[in-house]
Amino acid sequence: MIRSLFGSGDSKERAGEASAPQTGSAAPAAPPAAQKASSLLDRLKQGIQKTRAGIVTALEDTIQGKKEIDAELLEELEFALIGADVGIQTATEVLERIRQRVDRKLVNDAGELKALIREHLLEVLQTAERPLVRAATPPTVLMIVGVNGVGKTTTIGKLAQQLGGEGKSVLLCAADTFRAAAIEQLEVWGQRTSTEVIRQKAGADPSSVMFDALQAAKSRSTDYVIVDTAGRLHTKSNLMAELDKMRRTAQKVIPDAPHEVWLVMDATTGQNGLEQARKFTESSGVTGIVLTKLDGTAKGGVVVAIARELMLPIRYIGVGEQAGDLLPFDAEQFVGTLLA
Amino acid sequence: MFDSLSEKLQRVFKNLRGEGKLTPENMEAALREIRVALLEADVHFKVVKQLIENIKVKAMGQEVMSSLTPGQQVIKIVRDELVEILGKHQSRIRTANEAPTVVMIVGLQGSGKTTSTAKLARHLFKASHNPLLVSVDVYRPAARDQLKILARDLKIPIYEGEPGNNIPLELAKGARREAIQTGKDFVLVDTAGRLHIDEDLMVELQTLKEALNPTEILFVADAMTGQDAVKSADEFHKRLGITGIVLTKMDGDARGGAALSIRQVTGQPLKFVGVGEKADALEAFHPERVASRILGMGDVLSLIEKVQEQVDTKNAEEMQRKLLDDEFTLADFRDQMKQLAKLGPLESLLGMMPNIGPMKQLKDVKVDPKEMTRVIAIIDSMTPHERSNHMVINGPRRRRIAKGSGTTVQEVNNLLKQYAQARKMMKSFTGGMGKGFLGKRLGKMKMPDLDSFLKGGGF
Ligand SMILES: Nc1nc2c(ncn2[C@@H]2O[C@H](COP(=O)(O)OP(=O)(O)OP(=O)(O)O)[C@@H](O)[C@H]2O)c(=O)[nH]1
Ligand SMILES: Nc1nc2c(ncn2[C@@H]2O[C@H](COP(=O)(O)OP(=O)(O)OP(=O)(O)O)[C@@H](O)[C@H]2O)c(=O)[nH]1
Ligand SMILES: [Mg+2]
Ligand SMILES: [Mg+2]
Repeated sequence: MIRSLFGSGDSKERAGEASAPQTGSAAPAAPPAAQKASSLLDRLKQGIQKTRAGIVTALEDTIQGKKEIDAELLEELEFALIGADVGIQTATEVLERIRQRVDRKLVNDAGELKALIREHLLEVLQTAERPLVRAATPPTVLMIVGVNGVGKTTTIGKLAQQLGGEGKSVLLCAADTFRAAAIEQLEVWGQRTSTEVIRQKAGADPSSVMFDALQAAKSRSTDYVIVDTAGRLHTKSNLMAELDKMRRTAQKVIPDAPHEVWLVMDATTGQNGLEQARKFTESSGVTGIVLTKLDGTAKGGVVVAIARELMLPIRYIGVGEQAGDLLPFDAEQFVGTLLA
Repeated sequence: MFDSLSEKLQRVFKNLRGEGKLTPENMEAALREIRVALLEADVHFKVVKQLIENIKVKAMGQEVMSSLTPGQQVIKIVRDELVEILGKHQSRIRTANEAPTVVMIVGLQGSGKTTSTAKLARHLFKASHNPLLVSVDVYRPAARDQLKILARDLKIPIYEGEPGNNIPLELAKGARREAIQTGKDFVLVDTAGRLHIDEDLMVELQTLKEALNPTEILFVADAMTGQDAVKSADEFHKRLGITGIVLTKMDGDARGGAALSIRQVTGQPLKFVGVGEKADALEAFHPERVASRILGMGDVLSLIEKVQEQVDTKNAEEMQRKLLDDEFTLADFRDQMKQLAKLGPLESLLGMMPNIGPMKQLKDVKVDPKEMTRVIAIIDSMTPHERSNHMVINGPRRRRIAKGSGTTVQEVNNLLKQYAQARKMMKSFTGGMGKGFLGKRLGKMKMPDLDSFLKGGGF
């Protein structure tokens, strides 16, 4: 059984049991070992200076000028980052940072260069890590938010499964009263994981459902309440205000609730993910990210940009549609597949 | 967020010599900006590379038209290129020679298939067709319930199969049989979301295709998709031979560069655009609009269309004349507010605006309905004379108006400030539209397609 982040055990101990999502294509050939370090370094510097103005041009120029393997390597790395949805800004910054390190260390081959990039990405992700907030006395309230169709409800089902497996008591709150059959969907997850779902009628006020759920959890000292919210685009200020209202409602029942607010992000999301994270953080105090659908071919690199700018930790990754397909986020593994 | 490409290009050309002409030198700088803009918009990097090549070839040696600045001209070249790739406006669902026409709706998880199925059914229904719905998503919890509820709300029939039957192929075949028996001319098949690398589920779709012989296989893609769009669209197309694309969640602020990528790898037409969660939030696909949006120029046409839909044209023309002639009074301001209230949430309108020039300020405007009611109340409490001569509204008058409308002097002051701002802003907008680049482009747009679609004859 995979332990959840909430469990007291070391989350690393089950890393071996879980298989990483298999993604990515084979990396193109590395440059010949005979490559001189100094020339690589020079070209790298050159390339990166141009990068500020426009990475793609710089790379193309280098390729057109001399058919050197190192330029191809740079391009490969650049495109690997962009192709993973890291975004051109972050990609540029990463390469810039690498240059600074290259200045100090000697880089001999592609493998090392890649390792440096990994190291840097890892640093970005690890800097954003922070401990989970748990209520001093139960219940701990966890709110799940995000744009439409990213996997919020499914993630909640998976979380219920994990926490239940650890012997924790869990209550699910069906506060998506808007989307057709959203309540029914959560109820199926409740049945699958033997977890009670607090619900009202379709169309009811989400805050009111949340109030009910928190009251129930409080009186029963349930360990966790997980609140499903309707998908909403971050540009719709009325819907974002609704999340704020829900937070305030929660505080009426439990002053320090919600303890955690997780933004669910679909790994296929491109650069818009950053704006999503900004807006949801502004309006609903996001404390972490769940990155779903990593079982596909998308890499979810936009979370690097998010971690960098908003210092938001990634809590879990979704790797399938079944109850067990949720893994605690492992930055090393993630960075490994990002550049695979 | 990002500076718009047009702003960046203006800067590029301002900082370079030989401003009057497109030279290899200034083009190089411009192309770099275009590259960044396209990548930021999530266009796949390989597609970007190809695009830049094409644009370079087209731009070189072009004389700058006297009416356009070099920046504007480059944008025009880029935009025309994007429009060409995006293809023509073809928001039609083809029909089979023999009814019923079967339409399969496919795509990745959560892209918006079920919602789009309901939207399409509604549109077909409005165009005097008789669609029958069926969900063959036997996997996701409550997926069939979801379509059932949507169908019920739309009062469009749905085939549910024998109780306990959860075999996709049987459900789909059953639906077609029922359509024939009950004289339905369309069967819309909502399929489960799946990953393009899920062998079993992709084979399932192929089996469904063979059995149903669908006229259309619509691939539903989320506008927020990043670089992966190429892989998934390519695989769905290879397996199934999709016949069209529906781009959903365009009501957000995603630039939608994935549309270009998908179009490029599949060569299939973009047919519809999803612009909301409700069943009526489906629009015809217009390449010009999507191209503008990818370039960060906003979706002026959608905005205008929406306004046209709601505001009667005479009124709008009159308003425009008044703005230009400086006759835009507080009474007009009130009328505008009322019109705006009819248009629905202001944010969805503002989202369509270009992120350039005077419109930029509008992006931050937030109007809540209560505020609007207050504004209207304040103006109602003015005398006709005050409404047409805002300059006369002095301190005592402000106190009287506040009292009469149950607001505060502060609120009256705010309103007068807003009004002054609106005057200024709208004037520069309409003025700019008349003289500027966008105005010219708008003038060239063909609107009839759009009108016919809105009237329900779009199919
Ligand atoms: N392959 C894969 N599919 C997933 C994953 N997580 C969720 N899904 C699927 O994505 C689709 C959408 O998931 P939901 O949980 O309904 O998403 P949601 O965010 O609750 O959607 P709304 O409430 O409509 O906004 C469903 O088909 C899920 O089965 C994942 O990690 N991998
Ligand atoms: N804002 C917005 N939301 C949309 C649009 N289209 C669909 N949605 C929402 O996106 C979410 C997923 O939509 P569904 O229709 O359930 O997606 P699906 O592809 O059927 O999902 P699965 O069957 O789970 O794979 C829901 O919350 C919808 O309301 C759109 O154009 N705009
Ligand atoms: Mg949901
Ligand atoms: Mg569905």
